[in-house]
Amino acid sequence: MKRFVELYLALDASTSTLAKVAALKRYLADAPARDAAWAVYLLAGGRPRRAVPTSELRTLACEAASLPEWLFEAGYAVTGDLAEAIAYVLPDPVDRFDEPLADWMEQRILPMRALDAAARREAVLAAWRGLSADERFMFVKLVGGGFRVGVSKLLVQRALAEWSSTEAAGIAQRMMGYTDIDTPPTEASFQALLVEAPHGERGGQPYPFFLAHALPGEPAALGDRGDWLAEWKYDGIRAQVVKRDGQVWIWSRGEELVTERFPEVVAEANSWPNGTVVDGELLAWLPGDAEPAPFALLQKRIGRTKLSKAILAEAPVRLLAYDLLESEGMDRRAEPMHVRRMRLEALGIATSPLLDASDWPALATAREASRERRVEGLMLKHRESPYGIGRTGSAWWKWKVAPLSVDAVLIYAQAGHGRRANLYTDYSFAVWNRAPRDAAEAEAALDAPSGELALVPFAKAYSGLTDEEIRRVDSVIRKTTVEKFGPVRRVRPSLVFELGFEGIQASSRHKSGIAVRFPRMLRIRDDKPLHEADTLDTLKALMEVAT
Amino acid sequence: MPDLVTRQPQGLFCEPGGFYIDPWLPVERAVITHAHADHCRPGHGAYLAQRDALGLMRARLGDDAPLEGLAYGEARRIGDVTISLHPAGHVLGSAQVRIEHHGEVWVVAGDYFVSGAGDCNTTCAPFEPVRCDVFVTESTFGLPIYRWAPQAEVLDEMRAWWAGCAAEGRHALLMGYSLGKAQRLLAGLATADAPGPVFVHGAVARLNEAYREAGVALPEVPTITPEMNFKALHGALVIAPPAVQGSRWARAMGPHSDAFASGWMRLRGARRRRGVDRGFVFSDHADWPGLLSAIAATGAQRIIVTHGDEGALVRYLTELGLQAEAFATEFGDETHGGVEGEAT
Repeated sequence: MKRFVELYLALDASTSTLAKVAALKRYLADAPARDAAWAVYLLAGGRPRRAVPTSELRTLACEAASLPEWLFEAGYAVTGDLAEAIAYVLPDPVDRFDEPLADWMEQRILPMRALDAAARREAVLAAWRGLSADERFMFVKLVGGGFRVGVSKLLVQRALAEWSSTEAAGIAQRMMGYTDIDTPPTEASFQALLVEAPHGERGGQPYPFFLAHALPGEPAALGDRGDWLAEWKYDGIRAQVVKRDGQVWIWSRGEELVTERFPEVVAEANSWPNGTVVDGELLAWLPGDAEPAPFALLQKRIGRTKLSKAILAEAPVRLLAYDLLESEGMDRRAEPMHVRRMRLEALGIATSPLLDASDWPALATAREASRERRVEGLMLKHRESPYGIGRTGSAWWKWKVAPLSVDAVLIYAQAGHGRRANLYTDYSFAVWNRAPRDAAEAEAALDAPSGELALVPFAKAYSGLTDEEIRRVDSVIRKTTVEKFGPVRRVRPSLVFELGFEGIQASSRHKSGIAVRFPRMLRIRDDKPLHEADTLDTLKALMEVAT
Repeated sequence: MPDLVTRQPQGLFCEPGGFYIDPWLPVERAVITHAHADHCRPGHGAYLAQRDALGLMRARLGDDAPLEGLAYGEARRIGDVTISLHPAGHVLGSAQVRIEHHGEVWVVAGDYFVSGAGDCNTTCAPFEPVRCDVFVTESTFGLPIYRWAPQAEVLDEMRAWWAGCAAEGRHALLMGYSLGKAQRLLAGLATADAPGPVFVHGAVARLNEAYREAGVALPEVPTITPEMNFKALHGALVIAPPAVQGSRWARAMGPHSDAFASGWMRLRGARRRRGVDRGFVFSDHADWPGLLSAIAATGAQRIIVTHGDEGALVRYLTELGLQAEAFATEFGDETHGGVEGEAT
């Protein structure tokens, strides 16, 4: 594990892509293949299941470091990272365990899930006694299920390609599914990344997803409307459905195998010819409806661990296809978009319709119907574009409608994690239960929070600000803190933000009666006094527009 | 008996002695624990400090400042009390202020660093515990996540990083506060077996002179000048204040790796926010075990906690059965590495 920890530290310390690739190549050159198999799995996004509950890790850390729980928690709040807090408070090691990464994973960490609490306790404490602070950090990340590192899958693929002198695109394709949670990597699966498999042995292996960029500005800059295919941008789950050898596999965009969750789609794909791979959107769609159901219904279904008859009837799912990656067993990705679409339609698979608006202004008009159609806007794909890998090139654009927005008041703040540890970056927002008459009435309501006029919390957001804005808000939060409970600060409200979100729904689980989707900060409204922030009625009106 | 030291709007005040300790507003008579800017502010009528600190204070306050020095351990009657200054191990001339009044003893420690095994610092006198009834302690790193590795080990890590830079044909830029930290780094790294030549930034060089005048034998190294040609050098180490990060000054070094030396570098978040290639955990302040051992060694039954994590340390000491409370001061900075505290 020592070598892997050194690699992790090098990757974590450096901000240079070149240096990261160099560190990865050094590791690959030095490490035995079964260790490299695990390193690639973990760095490319593989997440072993949590082997020890984090609450148990905290309790054990307090015990091992002889600290009262509150004092440990105070340190944890400052680091913003449990593994880091544990690594630093534990006493120096008395033993030295230097086993290969694969042994750690397969013989110590993965089996912990099956142990009873007493045996797990012994296993964790023994590991801590034999590891340095950096190794403990890694160990806690691995058993606690929170391992992340600042390298992209693309970077890992590049390093693998350079190190093994193979083509990166081929590695990317073979790496699909490598990080599956239920399939630990082996020396053989690692070696298989580096060589082209004969066609008949590919099984359910999918292709890397091609991703779109957000369109900056107006589409006229893309040139002739006639060169572009326009489709609705559906709000569902992106998926790749593979039909080969009489079997169906469904892969999520996160490269998770989700076949069993969508029996309706499996049933449909069973009728496809072998050697067909389709890219599309999984949507909850009620029979007879012209539009898909809101995302919330799909979310409800995903949330269920068991698919009962009732939920299958309440939230039936279907696939709306938009691309064809393989047909008749042939890789079609290099063919032009319009040819792939033609093949897809010829197969008789339900396909996302193209918009026929003849010029950009007409398309812009059509796009305005996005909300009624429960879509996020439009996708623009170049007619001649091949199906690429990841977020590369400029052939696919998402042209979303402007988000819904309200002006809301910041009322609580919590420190972030990782790079944002110790900075207050996660905020809770509220709107007024009714419009205050004037500034004085709003101020009075803040002083006596139990009155009739009140702020109602309705959303949390943590993205959208620049580093500079975050520092500014952080300093206001520290100065206006009224109360601290644990890591959360309640502030005397003084800042108004324009909050954007994609969807809005009635919700009995939220105090405000409203749930918003993808809330984020669009800007700080320094021009807006507190009493002019929006009200619950504003939100309710948006709900009517949006649904 | 009323408290010997109380918190007043101007700072910590010793009424029977008629003086303030490290006051943050102008007062008639100030006793200064050390020369860092948040403890030694301009505008007081008279300054009393450990005599090795006077050169550093003059560099900060100007030649006309009314300064007076005491040797460590030398007693001085002021008003109705007797005071003496004792080594705090933080920077050159840093002192704990011992105040005796009718048999009662208070010690105001200022900032301090408690040496453990492997901490060899030749740039200032090491912390000496002083028995007292009431101990006023800092708490900059007053949480158990702050535990320092021996400084000799950290210096080895720095040397390995520097040698690595040299092997890749790059220079090494090591940033740390120019008063105290920079001298510790210089003494620890400019050794006979160093992987390359050492240089210092002008701001560091000025303070090095004050150290040498006080009799500290710092290695003699050249100061960076605008005409310097870094291309002609191989594997140079430059010690500079944090302000140079990303500046034209730093770019003039050509290809280099940058690093920051501070206790705050313990935190991965702070390390990443700073955006340097390496963060070395290297502090002039006591870590958590250091604070606890210093407090225990005083034998004091009453502890007053200032700047840092007052809340956590007060509660912990209270649970240990000591009488503990906090003074809100204007030293340092409350945030954990969020903002660059001066004396870290």
